[in-house]
Amino acid sequence: MNLTQDLGVWLAALLTLFVFSFLYKDNPLYKFAEHLFVGVSAGYYIVLNVWTVVVPNLWDPLVRTFTGRDPVTNAVVTQAGGPFNASVGDYRAWFLIPALLGVLLFSRLVSRIEWVSRWALAMIIGVYAGLKTTGFAQGDLVAQVQASMQPLWTPDVWTGVNAILFTIGLLTSLLFFFYSREHKGALGVLARTGTVFLMVSFGAGYGYTVMSRLSLLIGRFQFLLEDWLGMK
Amino acid sequence: MNLTWLEKLDRRWLFLIVGLLVLGPLLRPIGLPLVPTKPVRQFYEAIEAVPDGAIVLMSCDYDPGGKPETVPMTKTALRQLWDKKCRVVITCLWTGGSGLVDETVESTAEEYRASGKTLVYGKDYVNLGFKAGYEAVMVLMGKGIGNAFPQDHRANPTASLPLMREVRDYSSFALLVNISAGYPGTKEWVQQVNSRFHLPMVSGCTAVSAPEYYPYLQSGQLRGLLGGMAGAAEYEKLRNEKGSATEGMDAQSLAHVFVALCILMGNVVQWTKRRGAGA
Repeated sequence: MNLTQDLGVWLAALLTLFVFSFLYKDNPLYKFAEHLFVGVSAGYYIVLNVWTVVVPNLWDPLVRTFTGRDPVTNAVVTQAGGPFNASVGDYRAWFLIPALLGVLLFSRLVSRIEWVSRWALAMIIGVYAGLKTTGFAQGDLVAQVQASMQPLWTPDVWTGVNAILFTIGLLTSLLFFFYSREHKGALGVLARTGTVFLMVSFGAGYGYTVMSRLSLLIGRFQFLLEDWLGMK
Repeated sequence: MNLTWLEKLDRRWLFLIVGLLVLGPLLRPIGLPLVPTKPVRQFYEAIEAVPDGAIVLMSCDYDPGGKPETVPMTKTALRQLWDKKCRVVITCLWTGGSGLVDETVESTAEEYRASGKTLVYGKDYVNLGFKAGYEAVMVLMGKGIGNAFPQDHRANPTASLPLMREVRDYSSFALLVNISAGYPGTKEWVQQVNSRFHLPMVSGCTAVSAPEYYPYLQSGQLRGLLGGMAGAAEYEKLRNEKGSATEGMDAQSLAHVFVALCILMGNVVQWTKRRGAGA
């Protein structure tokens, strides 16, 4: 065993143990770690967003446009055609519009003018609704329907069996979600068959979720054993 | 046999058993067999099929919450790509991920250089860092990578990097390797980039999101898929590496067996209770 002398690792290891202590019962050490995590995360994300989103995407381009100098290198930047002569990737003074929309979002803090924030929200929702709809149509709907049409009789027996099973699973699962008629008779049998396939899918999802959560625990134990205790 | 006492079992015993089952194999590995599955082989083969020296886009969309699963697969994929002399352009669409991604890329590059191989930043790989905007960034990159990322993670102007002078848009890449821990991730890359720009892609993801991506593998939209720590460990096995994913797999398997036993016992208890109530 070779204990680390890194203060940061010690801090992380102790906080990990504080969090683990909740498994025994709620206690002040756990509460301390929890509150510290929430506070530090909030601060970290605010600072990170300012420096990785606002400054490079908005502030720097505007400074470059209106001062004629690069804010990082301080080199002179010539922008032919003036501040509004934009092209794809070089939006110059047009960045004032997203800046204004961003400021409008903060109007929610003043109840008298909070309605103004809806303009910015409408823009965000409109853009993402458009992107999502076309993306879903191309990536999920068309491509998945296309992939569902499989030849059921193939030279390889097992490929054929797999395709038949897949088709039965697909159709019966879809029928399970058909609520316009009561699930009785033939429809009832088919819907119940669909339930079996859905259960298998939920089981696979559960198994993978357990694996994911265990991986987090393993990751923490590896950190404690290797980085903190130096047992490697 | 009366098993109803299991109903009142203090759950802390279960936590303790899981803890011991994880800790034990990490201290003394058992070496349980590990066989690479078809999706993992497909992932490996898709990268092998990329022409040597080609430019590959690697989007690392995760943050420290997915570290044990995503970092091992990122490292192995980078080593495989660099062994093929592929040049890698790295991006990140998660706010909290840029620091971890940079640390992962640089530590892998350092190890690679330590083994006597040459690897130059800006020429063999570039880390463009984080960009806010999720799907909008993906679409914007289709109009020019430099438009979406005017600077790299180190604040160098993108146009000043030799590798980036060869990169125009998605058509410059031979493959997209996406390492994903959720949103935005593999689903969005498939919807916005694979479908629109027809860029072939493979995915390595956290186990919790893997079932959602299997339909993309079955439809051929994904060329290969690594699901969680198990996928990362199988990938390491294919590459004859022994990384942290492989080291964690004994613990993973034992804890899984225990969880399965708990589910089984829970059902047996309920079944015997109902039988007792009916008698």
